[in-house]
Amino acid sequence: MSLNVSPLPHIHDNISTRKVMLMVIIALMPACIAGVIIFGPMALLNLAVCTVSCVFFEYILRRIMKKPQTISDLSAVVTGLLLGMNLPPAINPLFGVIGSFVAIGITKQLFGGIGQNFANPAIVGRIVLMLSFTGHMSTWIAPFYYKNTADAVTTATPLVTKDADYLSLFLGTTGGCIGETCALALIIGGLFLMITRIITPHAPFAFIGTVALLTFLAGDDPLYAILSGGLMLGAFFMATDYATTPLTGKGKLIFGIGCGILTFAIRKFGSYPEGVSFSILLMNLLVPYIDRLCELRPVGAKKPEKEGAKV
Amino acid sequence: MSVKIGGVRLPHHKSTENIATVDFPLPKKLVLPMAQCMGAPCTPLVKKGDEVTVGMKIGDSDKPMSVPVHSPASGKVSDITDWRLSNGSCCKAVVIETDGLQTPCPDIKPPVITDRKSFLAAVRESGCCGLGGAGFPTHIKLGFDPQKTPIDTLLVNGAECEPYITSDYREFIEAPKDVIDGISYIMKELNIPKCKIGIEANKPKAIADMKKRTAGNANIEVVSLPSTYPQGAEKVLIYTATGRVVAEGELPAHRGVIVMNVSTIAFLIRYIRTGVPLISKRLTIDGTAVTKNSGNYRVLVGTPAAELLEYCGAADYDKVLYGGPMMGMALDSADRPVIKVNNAILAFKDIPETKTTPCIRCGRCVRACPVKLMPVSLESAYDRGDTAELERLKVKLCINCGCCSYVCPANRRLAEKNQLAKGLLMNAAKRK
Repeated sequence: MSLNVSPLPHIHDNISTRKVMLMVIIALMPACIAGVIIFGPMALLNLAVCTVSCVFFEYILRRIMKKPQTISDLSAVVTGLLLGMNLPPAINPLFGVIGSFVAIGITKQLFGGIGQNFANPAIVGRIVLMLSFTGHMSTWIAPFYYKNTADAVTTATPLVTKDADYLSLFLGTTGGCIGETCALALIIGGLFLMITRIITPHAPFAFIGTVALLTFLAGDDPLYAILSGGLMLGAFFMATDYATTPLTGKGKLIFGIGCGILTFAIRKFGSYPEGVSFSILLMNLLVPYIDRLCELRPVGAKKPEKEGAKV
Repeated sequence: MSVKIGGVRLPHHKSTENIATVDFPLPKKLVLPMAQCMGAPCTPLVKKGDEVTVGMKIGDSDKPMSVPVHSPASGKVSDITDWRLSNGSCCKAVVIETDGLQTPCPDIKPPVITDRKSFLAAVRESGCCGLGGAGFPTHIKLGFDPQKTPIDTLLVNGAECEPYITSDYREFIEAPKDVIDGISYIMKELNIPKCKIGIEANKPKAIADMKKRTAGNANIEVVSLPSTYPQGAEKVLIYTATGRVVAEGELPAHRGVIVMNVSTIAFLIRYIRTGVPLISKRLTIDGTAVTKNSGNYRVLVGTPAAELLEYCGAADYDKVLYGGPMMGMALDSADRPVIKVNNAILAFKDIPETKTTPCIRCGRCVRACPVKLMPVSLESAYDRGDTAELERLKVKLCINCGCCSYVCPANRRLAEKNQLAKGLLMNAAKRK
């Protein structure tokens, strides 16, 4: 009888990349559903187009490059959903296709696919669209417009108007991107990921906490600042992306604080009303340095001898 | 310094914990490789055709780091063969055809112990090595230099953190007096003032019983350990039970501790009373392929694993392990015999096929590592062949507990890479 011989361990935790991604997809569902309820069929169409095109680009590029197929790990679905959630509800779906190509083709596959990308694909997709098509990317429609009229009624985001009430910010019945307005749904999703230990609380809490603190110190309303814009979406779902954030708890804290400072600075002093995406992208670039800075000291490790140590 | 030790929570599968130990029927043939524990292999002292008796010494070595091998049965030496061990190295093996009489060796009598030196000599003669799995020769461990490394604590390892295995637990339940007597004897003989008995919290009966038995003795303390793997790993146990950190390149003795497995201690006191050397072991036979009679057996060293499995109704298996599912060794053939350091033979079927996928940098390995290494960084350093980085990241501190591989969603063989990396560093050091 031939026996299976392998190195230890001989059992494995009941987890796989696919399962991790599935959990993230489940966690994104409340915010996606909220977005579709608030913004109607166009929101659903945009989410669907982004998801399908991300998976399509991943599939076709892996084929062209003759690399093992990776669409079954569901990471492209996550990227597609996140990109869709970062689009204005009534935008022409073709922009979503362009964004998906930037996200999957350029940001992810050009650098070697899952785990190898240095920046968050959905964020790069969004930023490229934002900078290239600023007008389309900042046309917001009023919540529930589809119930009253076939034509979209434009509005402004609460980050600009500064006059939304807390309840509508919390429930998401304000202008904004498809998946970013409903704080309630995003918090439910984020807590789900923390309870199931898919993500750790370090980065989201550091991110949101820093924005709240700095806004308070600047004399503005911290609650308004954390409930409006893309902060909740960015903090729970994009500042926790595995490949593009630090490995250790300490590193994640620094990452979150850095994102918070940059977001606050862009919102307060920048020419864009929102700075969540830019701040996460900028911090993505610093991850290798943060990781190096926050390496764990092994238990029982002796400090390197003076002569060999280089700082 | 407060360090939070990582590790993982495993399903325990300790379904054999309430099954009392029974003697396994005498096999027709025993195979005794001359390398049974850590250290130099023995040279056979018998030749083909010789008659042997129970407890007769059949192999020994003049190297200090080795212990003799004794015959577990009476019968005839049918062969002396070259034997390739599971780890690839070679030694001689003595094959014994048993005669079913189990005639005891006339030389067996309780050892005469007058001082520290005669005690250590007796420990060596018993053929005893660390029975927790590592097989470190006990007389070397106990032969610490009290001047250079004074020992203040004897730490008894009763953690048994591997799933399935319950053989140490049964020692607590079936021979609690031997455990306590063994502890007192070693403390007295080696002048160790304090003892701590570490038992995982998932064995409340053993903890309660040991607490009751040591209630009158202020020098013996029973410590309830969290039921996380790898609680029984020496360094982890020392840290949880005493708060001391055994640093790089140090032995536990440098921190005033020696760690002994509970079964080793109970065996030693029985040897001192009777003079019967280490010729049998209590094994847990279990696993998904074991359909009936799973349980704890007193098995003669040298019994082929296949015979145990057949007896326990495991006809169809894909994987057989010496030891637990985390740190055990997968056998290339079920004909391999039980050796002294085994505490379980586990058989599994329908091993799920595992496919390694790219690392997603989730950091689970980093959080799981009890030594706080960074397996993800070590893996990429090894793949690049970057020995300087491997040194810097302290791969040598890896205790090969397997937690990193266990938690990896991408199914990456991180623990294996660490072992390979240690080999790479050793070879690089040789070349210098």
